Amino acid sequence: MKGFGRYMIFLGSLFVRRESLGTYYTLVLEECIIVGVKSIFLFALVSTFVGAVTTVQTAYNLVSPLVPKYIISNVVREMTILELAPTIMALIFAGKVGSSMSGNLGTMRITEQIDALEVMGINSASYLVLPKVIASILMYPMLVILSGVCALVGGFLVGTVTGIISPTDYIYGLRFSFNEYTVTFALIKSLVFGLLISSISCFKGYYTKGGAFEVGVASTAAVTTSVMAVLIADYLLAQLLL
Amino acid sequence: MIEIQNISKSFEGKAVIHNISDVFEKGKTNLIIGASGTGKSVLLKCIVGLIHPDTGTVFYDGRNFTDADKEMKAEIRREIGMLFQGGALFDSKSVEQNVMFPLNILTKMSPAEKIDRVNFCLKRVGLENVNSKMPSEISGGMKKRVGIARAIVNNPNYLFCDEPNSGLDPQTSILIDELIKEITDEFGITTVVVTHDMNSVMGIGEKILFLFQGRKLWEGTKEEIFHSGVEELDNFVFTNKVMQSLKKK
Ligand SMILES: Nc1ncnc2c1ncn2[C@@H]1O[C@H](COP(=O)(O)OP(=O)(O)OP(=O)(O)O)[C@@H](O)[C@H]1O
Ligand SMILES: [Mg+2]
Repeated sequence: MKGFGRYMIFLGSLFVRRESLGTYYTLVLEECIIVGVKSIFLFALVSTFVGAVTTVQTAYNLVSPLVPKYIISNVVREMTILELAPTIMALIFAGKVGSSMSGNLGTMRITEQIDALEVMGINSASYLVLPKVIASILMYPMLVILSGVCALVGGFLVGTVTGIISPTDYIYGLRFSFNEYTVTFALIKSLVFGLLISSISCFKGYYTKGGAFEVGVASTAAVTTSVMAVLIADYLLAQLLL
Repeated sequence: MIEIQNISKSFEGKAVIHNISDVFEKGKTNLIIGASGTGKSVLLKCIVGLIHPDTGTVFYDGRNFTDADKEMKAEIRREIGMLFQGGALFDSKSVEQNVMFPLNILTKMSPAEKIDRVNFCLKRVGLENVNSKMPSEISGGMKKRVGIARAIVNNPNYLFCDEPNSGLDPQTSILIDELIKEITDEFGITTVVVTHDMNSVMGIGEKILFLFQGRKLWEGTKEEIFHSGVEELDNFVFTNKVMQSLKKK
C-alpha cells in the first residue's frame, strides 16, 4: 500500500519541472527504437509460433464432424485479438523491455548518474522516465497489432501446410461474424499495459538502493510486479468493457 | 561563498553528521578531510541537496538553498559543477557527449561553440583524442578527469569534487589538484574538495575542515595543520611516513 502511494507520487513527479519539448522529442525517438524497433523480431517470432500452436490445438479439440472447419480459424482469431496479442505479449514485453528499463535505471542510480543529473538541476525522474513511458505507450499497441497479424499468419501457414484446414476455410473463419469492437478493446488494453509495464519497471529501477545485486533484485521485482498489474488490469478491463 | 549552519543527518537512527557549521569562501579551495566512512560524501551531498539534512540550512551567497522552492533550487544547481567519487559518467554516452551534456541542457550555445568548449575542457584535464570513446573503454583515472571536465564545462560558480584524485597516479593527482586550484583562482569559484590525500592537503589546502566520525573537530589552514593539538587530526596527518619525517624537523 505504501509502495502504491509512492508509485502515485512518482507518476506525479514525472510531469513537474520538465525540460524543453525539443529535448523530449529526441529522447522519445531514441526510446521508441529501443522499446519498439528492437522488439519486432522477438514479438514476430513468438506470436507466429503461438498462432500456429493455437491453430493446431484448436483443431485437435474440435473432433466433431458437425462443427465446420472454419470454426478453427474463428476461434484462433478471437483468442488472438482478445488475449494472446495484448495480454500474453505483455508478459513478454515485461520480460524484455521492463527488465531492461529497470536494470538501466538501477545502474544509473547506484553509479550516481541520477545524482549527477539532479545536481545539474534536471528533474531526473521526468528526464529519464517520461520518454520511456511515452515510447512504450506509443510502441506497445503497434507491437500488439504486429503480433496479432503474425499469429494469424502463423496459424494460416501451419493449418494449410499440414492440411488441418483449407486456405478458403481459414480465411472464411477469420471473417465470420467479426466484431470490430474486439480490436478496439485490444488496443485499449495494450495502451494500458504499455503504461503499466513501463511505469512500474521504471519505478522499481529508479528507487534501487545499494549495489549491483540490488539492481538484479529490482529487475526481477519489475517483471513480477508489472506482470501482476497487467493480469489484474486485464481482468478489470474485461469486466468493464466487454 | 557557501555557508552551512548546524547540518545534521542520520540514516535509520544512526547519526552520520553531527551539527556541522562552516563557511566556504569564494576563490578558495576549501577541503573536507577525514578518514574513510566519517561522512565526507554525505556532508557534500547535504550541501548540494542530494540528501536532505535532518536539521540545518545551506546558503549559497546568501540564498537559502535548503528551504528554497523547486525553481530556486534548480537555478542554484545550474551554477553548480560536481565531480562524483565514482565519476558518475553517463555510460550510454561517449566522452564528448558526457562533457557536452550540461551545455546541451543549460545553455543555448551553437554546436560549434559547444565542441570548442568541450575540447578546451578536455584539454585542460589532459585528455585528447578520446572524444568518441565510451566510458567503459577508458581507465578509472581518465573517467575522473572526464568527470572534472564535465563539472567545469559550464563555468560553475560552485565546484564540488568528491575525492578528485583517488585512484590516480601521483603525477596526474598533482595535475588535477593544480587544475582545480587554477580554475578556482581564475574564475573566483567557491570550491569544496573532499579528500583523504595529504599530498592534496599540502598542495591546495587553503582552508581545511577536519571531520571525525561525523563531527567537525578542527578547521584551519595547511600551515596550521601540524600544530592543531587535536589528537585525532595528528593521527590522521602523521600516518604518512613523509609527514612523520616533516614533523621531526
Ligand atoms: N544512503 C545511505 N544510507 C545509509 N547509510 C549511509 C548512506 N550513505 C552513507 N551512509 C553511511 O554514512 C557513513 C559515511 O559515509 P560516507 O560515504 O559519507 O563516507 P566518506 O567519508 O565519504 O568515506 P570515503 O572516504 O570512503 O568515501 C557510512 O558509515 C555509511 O555507511
Ligand atoms: Mg566518500
